[in-house]
Amino acid sequence: MRSALAGEIASLSLEHLRLVGVAVVIAAAAGISAGVLMTRRAGLRPWALGFANVVQTVPSLALFGFLIPVPLIGGIGQRTATVALVLYALLPILRNTLAGILGVDPAVRESALAMGMTDRQLLWQVELPLAARTIFAGVRVATVTTIGTATIAAAIGAGGLGVFIFRGVASVDTAQILAGAVPAAAMALAADGVLGWIERKLSPAA
Amino acid sequence: MSAIVAFRDVWYRVSNRDVLRGLDFEVAAGETLALVGPSGSGKTTAVKMVNGLVFPTRGEVLVEGRSTTAWDLIRLRRRVGYVIQEVGLFPHWTVARNAGLVPRLEGASPAVVEERVRQLLAEVGLDPTRFAGRYPRELSGGERQRAGVARALAADPPLLVFDEPFGALDPVTRLELQRQFLALRGTLHKTAIFVTHDVREALLVGTRVGLLEEGRLVFVAPPEEFAASPDPRVRPFLACLDWKLEA
Repeated sequence: MRSALAGEIASLSLEHLRLVGVAVVIAAAAGISAGVLMTRRAGLRPWALGFANVVQTVPSLALFGFLIPVPLIGGIGQRTATVALVLYALLPILRNTLAGILGVDPAVRESALAMGMTDRQLLWQVELPLAARTIFAGVRVATVTTIGTATIAAAIGAGGLGVFIFRGVASVDTAQILAGAVPAAAMALAADGVLGWIERKLSPAA
Repeated sequence: MSAIVAFRDVWYRVSNRDVLRGLDFEVAAGETLALVGPSGSGKTTAVKMVNGLVFPTRGEVLVEGRSTTAWDLIRLRRRVGYVIQEVGLFPHWTVARNAGLVPRLEGASPAVVEERVRQLLAEVGLDPTRFAGRYPRELSGGERQRAGVARALAADPPLLVFDEPFGALDPVTRLELQRQFLALRGTLHKTAIFVTHDVREALLVGTRVGLLEEGRLVFVAPPEEFAASPDPRVRPFLACLDWKLEA
């Protein structure tokens, strides 16, 4: 009985981690690209930030529900949950990418251009390295919140540690709730610690 | 002598204000034109037009006979050594990497870049063995500005544009760097435009000195003539160094 529970905790934790990992990787790729694009096209900023902000205001359980009837990305299961988690993770990454790049000292940017750097060289050699820490901080925040939000994904059959929590709530079983909540909290703390450590290793923007 | 830089009736208008109003002058090969003028006279805007960071609303700026709008901007900018007051060194790169930027962009081999950087740092008065591996945050204001000059000279550009390069330095360091600039100019035979709000500096570094006022060049003359000019627009500028002229 005891080892069966331990086994289930382990397998659901793994499922949870995979759900979060996939969502954060997709959100980082999309969010950083969109953020970079927005530094080049100021007109896009209010639209993209507005979209990401609005998504953030939708209660997560509702967002999971809304996505179920949507064709292609909807339905019951992990794909729908991943889409919802990506949408949530987008805002902090997008915002930090924008802040990091726009925060580069204007004199440094002007020098880069005046030395004859192309826009691509400016981005890869100057702006991204100098913004790396801020961008990564966005990814860290997104990861930690996604670990929490992902517990709700169990409501639409995506599995993960939320399975324990929903089961525990339904059967008024505190032990079950804790079996889901404690590993999720530990995972969030661990992710924050590890990613924070990497963040500090990134070249400090003098 | 042929003009390396020519401003032809250059106007620049931004947010309903004419920053430049019919700027017209030439800089011949080998000379240093020092531009002085009060804040807001359009000095910085004018020199940013030389390397295509800003373009005229009307009129044109010719570099080596070609309008800046017709230049491939990357090529143009690599032919102009640019130094600004804030220096703008890349904070995540060492002094050596900063100084070697343009040769590296031009595809020089690492060995060539390294040799060039060593020579450059020595030229601007930074001991290569001590400074090559340092980061900008580990330098004093004067050392940072020297590194900025090294970076600007790296690809041996025929034209230099200095925008208030020494404005933020203490007087002693400033004098040292002015002397260094004169020494470099003597050995490198560059054409230069040097913007400053310090008349003394302009008279020291310029082979000609121009006074910019409200977007127009109102007076240009060699330094001796500028310093002796009875022109009512020039006098107030000279007044601030009278005590020095008498000494």
